[in-house]
Amino acid sequence: MTEYMILAYSDEHRPGPEPGTPEFGEYMGGWMAYNQMLIDGGHWVSGASLAPTGTATTVTVAGDAEATITDGPYAETKEQLGGYYLVSAADLDEAIELAKRLPITDGAFEVRPVAFRPDA
Amino acid sequence: MPDDARPDADAPAGPPGLDADVARALVELSRRHAGRVIGVLASRFRDLDLAEDAVAQGLADAARTWPERGIPDTPPAWLMTVAKRNAIDRLRRADAERRRLERVAPDVLERTRPGTAGGRHMIDDHTPDTPSDPEPGADATGAGDGTDLTALDEGQLRLMLLCCHPALDRDAQVALTLRLVGGLTTTEVAHALLVSEPTMAQRIVRAKRKIRDAAIPMSVPADPAERIDAILTVLYLVFNEGYLSHSDGPTIRGELTESARRLAIELAGLVPDHAESHGLVALTSFLEARRSTRLDTEGDLVLLEHQDRSKWDLRTIGVGNAALHRAMSLRMPGRFQVEATIAALHANARTADATDWPTIATLYGQLVAMTGSPVVVLNHAVALAMADGPDAGLRRLAELDGLDDYHLRHSTEAELLLRAGHADEAVVAFDRALALGPPEAERRHLERRRSAASAA
Repeated sequence: MTEYMILAYSDEHRPGPEPGTPEFGEYMGGWMAYNQMLIDGGHWVSGASLAPTGTATTVTVAGDAEATITDGPYAETKEQLGGYYLVSAADLDEAIELAKRLPITDGAFEVRPVAFRPDA
Repeated sequence: MPDDARPDADAPAGPPGLDADVARALVELSRRHAGRVIGVLASRFRDLDLAEDAVAQGLADAARTWPERGIPDTPPAWLMTVAKRNAIDRLRRADAERRRLERVAPDVLERTRPGTAGGRHMIDDHTPDTPSDPEPGADATGAGDGTDLTALDEGQLRLMLLCCHPALDRDAQVALTLRLVGGLTTTEVAHALLVSEPTMAQRIVRAKRKIRDAAIPMSVPADPAERIDAILTVLYLVFNEGYLSHSDGPTIRGELTESARRLAIELAGLVPDHAESHGLVALTSFLEARRSTRLDTEGDLVLLEHQDRSKWDLRTIGVGNAALHRAMSLRMPGRFQVEATIAALHANARTADATDWPTIATLYGQLVAMTGSPVVVLNHAVALAMADGPDAGLRRLAELDGLDDYHLRHSTEAELLLRAGHADEAVVAFDRALALGPPEAERRHLERRRSAASAA
């Protein structure tokens, strides 16, 4: 088995369903079902949803100079990093299948093997 | 194919010219069978580099021993057995090395141990702790399991699918397919694709590293149709690059067209129910059959209508006809079959005048619908002009959006204008084509045509 990081990018400004509506329940149900699928299939390692990029702070270091702190994400992009999963999969094909099943309809998922994880 | 090009392994191919049979058999072995054996071993040991090294060593063994001992009865089975033994030897040596290191310097081993993805050696995962022979059939005398042709074919298909995996970029797919499946050396691939040898070597190394580190599998998916189409696309690109080079250098590069056609034929044999694979065999056969007539003595392109049809290779046209028939019988249409049908109408027309242009125009219309490619619209316009006169072609061209920077758009328009009797406008269109810096052979052709237009 290989571990893969799935980085999920989508437009954070796209309006989602309002909490309390039936649509919201369905939306959250999709995520819970996905998480359960990862757990049942032995793929789950970890995962998290991130707060919007408006909360992001970028710390830039360059040699001996004082670190620079800037407001905002590292890169301004049309679609933003919104969350990640760390999964265990037999090979890249399986990891790609897991990414395809994420309950996000518009976006892009970067799939990368983990090279080293000290706590693994 | 050049007999002196193989093998590239580090052993000489025996006394040069002394035994032509052995030399031929070695070329056949490396071009046709090395990929199959790499495929089988790489899926068995899940280590592409190991498989490749073991096969390269096997080819070197063949070059060393065959001149004396003679060619074995079934060379692919021989290579399978020898390469498998080589692979196991290498694993044993690596394992012994690891154990030795573990004993003398365990801290070194711990620090250099790669992470969860990289460098897992299969001896850890797949062989018992004591390095006993993990493959009972691996001795050089017995054929062993996996040496039957079915396993070799399966290996070939797996390797093709791996090389054309969508997680690899197009350039890498092309390079790996020619190198691993096609059995060309890195030098040959570099020359064929007109890139420097270090660049090509690096491209191949990088692709293989991604295959290893990202764990791209050598599996055949449950529904492989889409992945097979990806292989066909790569072979089609390779063929096209050789058929009419867009780069500086020779206009036609036969090693590319030959390799692509050979691999298309092999793929069609591996997936006989995939209609488009037969379509690509047919297409490449019809085009390859005309190769000797496509350039004149100056190296300039000869238009289809002026080619000497008596020199077209009838046997290869026959292969194309049979493949097209087979493709059609599967009743799964696709772009390669449409293109092959167009090529068949040309290849089977006794004279240029006998060409069935109305049918060709209809087929190009279908191809436009399938591909949406503006280049195909250009061809559609030409076919319409041949079927219904230059004005029909010019009307189609007027609908074409884009390709303003493509010299063939302007040269096509120029030819049609000239045939429609608008010589002045034709000269202007030829100038536009020439201003876009077409390849050398085409430039000479366009200048001749421009002179004809300004004299008209």
